[in-house]
Formats: sequence, C-alpha cells, structure tokens
Amino acid sequence: MRDDALQITRDDRQMLVVLRGSWSRETSHLDPATLLADIGSLSTLKIDASEVDDWDSTLVQAAIALRARANAQDLELLEDWPPGVSKLLVLADAVPGARPEDQQGGNSRATLWSRLDPRVASRAVGSEVANLAEFVGALVLSGLGLVTGSGRGRFRDFLYFCYQTGPNALPIISLTSFLVGLILGYLGAVQLKQFGAEIYVADLVTVGVLREMGPLMTAIILAGRTGAAYAAQLGTMRVNEEVDAIEILGVSPMEFLVLPRVAAIIVMTPLLTLFANVLGILGGGLVSSGLGVTPLQYWSEVQVALYPSHLVVGLVKAVLFGALVGIAGCRAGLNSGRNSEGVGKATTEAVVVAMVYLIIADALVNITCQLLDI
Amino acid sequence: MGAAIEVTDLTLAYGERVIQRDLTFTVAAGDVFVIMGGSGCGKSTLLRNMLGLEHPARGEVQYDGHSYTSASPARQRQMRMNWGVTFQQGALISAMTLAENLSLPLELYTSMSAGERADLISLKLSLVGLEGYQNYFPSEISGGMRKRAALARAIMLDPEFLFFDEPSAGLDPISSRRLDDLIATLAESMGATVVMVTHELDSIFAIATQSIYLDNESRTLLDQGPPLHLKTHSEHAVVREFLNRGVAEAAAGG
Repeated sequence: MRDDALQITRDDRQMLVVLRGSWSRETSHLDPATLLADIGSLSTLKIDASEVDDWDSTLVQAAIALRARANAQDLELLEDWPPGVSKLLVLADAVPGARPEDQQGGNSRATLWSRLDPRVASRAVGSEVANLAEFVGALVLSGLGLVTGSGRGRFRDFLYFCYQTGPNALPIISLTSFLVGLILGYLGAVQLKQFGAEIYVADLVTVGVLREMGPLMTAIILAGRTGAAYAAQLGTMRVNEEVDAIEILGVSPMEFLVLPRVAAIIVMTPLLTLFANVLGILGGGLVSSGLGVTPLQYWSEVQVALYPSHLVVGLVKAVLFGALVGIAGCRAGLNSGRNSEGVGKATTEAVVVAMVYLIIADALVNITCQLLDI
Repeated sequence: MGAAIEVTDLTLAYGERVIQRDLTFTVAAGDVFVIMGGSGCGKSTLLRNMLGLEHPARGEVQYDGHSYTSASPARQRQMRMNWGVTFQQGALISAMTLAENLSLPLELYTSMSAGERADLISLKLSLVGLEGYQNYFPSEISGGMRKRAALARAIMLDPEFLFFDEPSAGLDPISSRRLDDLIATLAESMGATVVMVTHELDSIFAIATQSIYLDNESRTLLDQGPPLHLKTHSEHAVVREFLNRGVAEAAAGG
C-alpha cells in the first residue's frame, strides 16, 4: 500500500477523501464505517478517486456502502470515481423488473421451527393422508375403467414392467434372502444351542422368513430398485412434458402410466417373495448343517413348521407391500418438480415414503393377525 | 372471421404469486397468433392455462364460443380432440417409437384399422420430412427431428387449433426457419388456427398475423396487434424495443 493511498483532510463543514494507487481485495480497503464514525458538524463529503489506477469489486461495494451511510447521516456526497466504477454503480442502482420482495406472495419457505409446530405437523400428516387417499382412489377408478373396457392401459407396458420388476430382480433378491435366512439361523442357533435344541432353528427360520422377512426384504429391495425407478421414469417424463402431452391427448396418466406399473409390481412381489422364502430357508439350512443337523432332519422340521397360514399371511403382506411401493414410487414421480432437482427429490421421496409405508403396514398386519389369532 | 378463441380476464398465479393479471384477448379463426414477451413473463404459463394443464386463478377461456374453463372433464376431453399441441422439447413419449407416438391419437379417437393407421402415419411423417423413421425411438433422432415428429403427432387428427410452445427453441437458424415455414404451410393448408409462444423475432415476423405482448414488470398484457404494426406503432416503448431487438427508438424513427 502506498503511503499516500488514502489522504483525508477535513474542516468543520467538509471532509475531502482522496484515494490513489491500488484499491482491491489484496491491497487497500475503504471502510465507510470508520471513515464516517465521527462526523461532528460535517455537511459535505467529497470523494476524489480519480487517481486510483487499479481497483476491483470491493471498491464498488465500499462506494455503495458509503452512499448509503452518507444518505443515512444526511451528508451531501460529491463523488469522483474511476469511469469503470461509476458505470458499475449505475448498473447496481438500476433494477429492471420487480425485486423478489415486491412481488405478491413471495417466498414462503417453512422454517425448521414452524415445521415442528404440532398444528403444522398434524396438518402436514393430514394432507399426506388425503393426497394418498386421492391417489389410491384415482388408481382404483382407473383399474375399474380397465376392467369395464373403457380404460386405455397398455397390456404390453404391463408385461414389460413385470419383466423389469420380477426376473431382473432375481439375483439381488437371491443374495439378500439367502443371507437373511442365514442371519436368522445364527440368531436362533446362539440361543437354542444352550438348550440342545438346535433342530428348532428350522422352525425359527421357516416361520420368520415366511411371515416376516421374506415379504419385507423383497419389498425393501423393490422399493430401492423398482419404486425409485418408477419415480425417476415418471419424474423425467414430467420434466420432458410427456405427461402433459399424454393429458392433452385425452388419456389419463393414471391409466396409461401408473396402472401398468402398479399392477406389475403387485403381481411380481408375491412371486419374488415365494422365491425369497425358498432361498431364506436354504440359508437357515446352511447354519443348521454347521450345528450338526443333517439336511434331511432340517427339511423334515421345516415341513413341521410350514403351516399354510404362515405362507398366506406372508403372501398377503407381499401383495400389500408391492402395492405400497408402486404407489409411493408413481405418486412421487407424477408429483415431481419440472427440473432435474425435482426428479432427484422424487426418487428420494419414493424410497423414503415406501419404507415408512412398509413398516406401518407390516405393524398393522401383525397386530391384526395377533388379534385374529392367525 | 369470428373469434375462435376468447380469453377473458384471465389471471395466472402460482399460489399467491401472480404471474399475469387481467388478460383479455381474442384469436380469430385462421390467425397465426403469437404470444410474445421477455423471458419469464409467463408466456408458457398462459399457454398451459389455455390448454387446461394449469388452472387460472380467475377468468375464462372459450373455444368456438364454448367455455373450456368451466366445462366438465368429459366435455374438455371432447374439445381437446380438436387440438394439436407441441411442447418445447417435443414431448414425444420416449418409450414408444415414432409410429406408436403418432398412432396414439388415432387409436384413442378413431376406429381405423392398423393398415389405415400405418398409411396415415406414413403420410404425416412425409409431410414433416420424416418418412421412413417410423421405427425410430425419440432418443435416436435429433432435436429438430423430434420437434417435427411432434408436429406430425399434433396434426394426426387434422385439428382446428394448433398450439406451439417455443417451437424453434434450441434449433439452428436454418432448421428454425424451415420449421416456421412448415408450421405456416401446414396451418394454412389445413385451415387451422395457430397459437404460438415464442420470443424468436424471426419466427414472429415470418409467420405471425396477430400477437400480444406480455410485460414482465406490470405483469399484464401491454399491447396487441400484428407484429409488424406494433414494431413501429406500438404506444409502448418496451414493445417497440422488443420487436426491434432492443434498439427501439432508432428503428422506430425516434
């Protein structure tokens, strides 16, 4: 910084500030607050920056702050800035169009606190339930339309989504369900071994997989795989205005886009669950064989535990879970924002909402079964 | 000719944020009517409201003297049979080939046989210079071709009204000009009324017979008339400036 970069001369009425040399981020900084800290009886502030030969935006920012301060303190301001700074000051002053706060409505982003308010939260839950009911209602009506022959779903789409949802998911379902059976087996083995009752690992795994882990793990995999894919597909169609084009053609997106997808996942989830059940029981078998139980003993004990009611409860859950994952995915996709961020959010929402639905539905089915003694 | 489309006191809003207010204008049958204005002024929103894809906060849109805004969904669907719409990106359904995309309106609204549909698809594709592309997916052709294919889908049912949302956005000047010419020729030969959202001056002067200018600042309709007339005679400097590429006063003679 040059010695004469900032030169201030003042008398009772007037202050003259002369700037020279370089005024930028790295060199000198003009601070209006310090400059005008004690104005006394000053009435005029004169800035002479005509000899500044190097500057950047910090000088423009300081000039704007100086103007605001001089204005607030009722000072007459006489300025002589380098030509570039003057032009930028004119630009900064001219605001074409309305500023955001001048517009009606404005930005109504909810704060964390307002969202924690019980009234706000209960309204949010209420509207979520209402939206879900509306979506399911529209979906059921579309399904009925298809049954009565007035609908326009495409069977080819249904088959395509069945293929995407079912056979393509077999490798990942195999891996997870086998390992879940194995984990269940180990959990049981640790306890049952203490009583010499290793053989009952077969019962634990069979009942656990059939009633609970088979359908739940299948649905969780489908939520991450298929539900997210549905949301991304429909969200992208929303961004590309394909959904609008379909509406303009007079077709309901519900019939044309949602119905084949949800129907496919409802059909495929129980089938995948059956497959997962078999793999889960095999996983338990592997653990049992490590405990000295022969495959034949394991299999005969599995048959003892394999009540039809366990299988039916599991398959009913699978149908319900499949529907919920499909609905969560399609609803998130159709309600997606019209940009790439919206598609990302829709995909996240599809998975998170599906998980919440799954856990709630699973709990409700289990409580119902308990009450009905199934 | 009479008014084919009448827009009365239309106010467009997203929630409480007003985009445009009190829009009143008419589109005569056979017009090529352009909705123009700066970026973000609500041109596409106006079109989406006229199409019923969004619902206006207030006001009414009538087609051929019948209210669309207050019609039942079944009636709206019937009225839409008379429309062909192309969106900014073309909006062809990406999971379907061009032939399947074009076949969709025919399957929905006619009882034509598969053979008759194929013949008609072939004709419409040849009209837009895409004959032979029946089995291509939208992702396999260029942006300009997608727009032409979307135009072909829009004219499948020989509609009375054709709507375009920024048809030449993202196209090079030559493709853009060819698309304009194609739209003008098709509209004229089919006797369709065209409503187009655009801020491409070349398109506006090439084919528009009537226009309205939506203002960003006052959030309403500032002027209406033939664009060539508005270019020199609009009362509003901003409209003259827009139509003269931002050098209004010089071009308008001061």
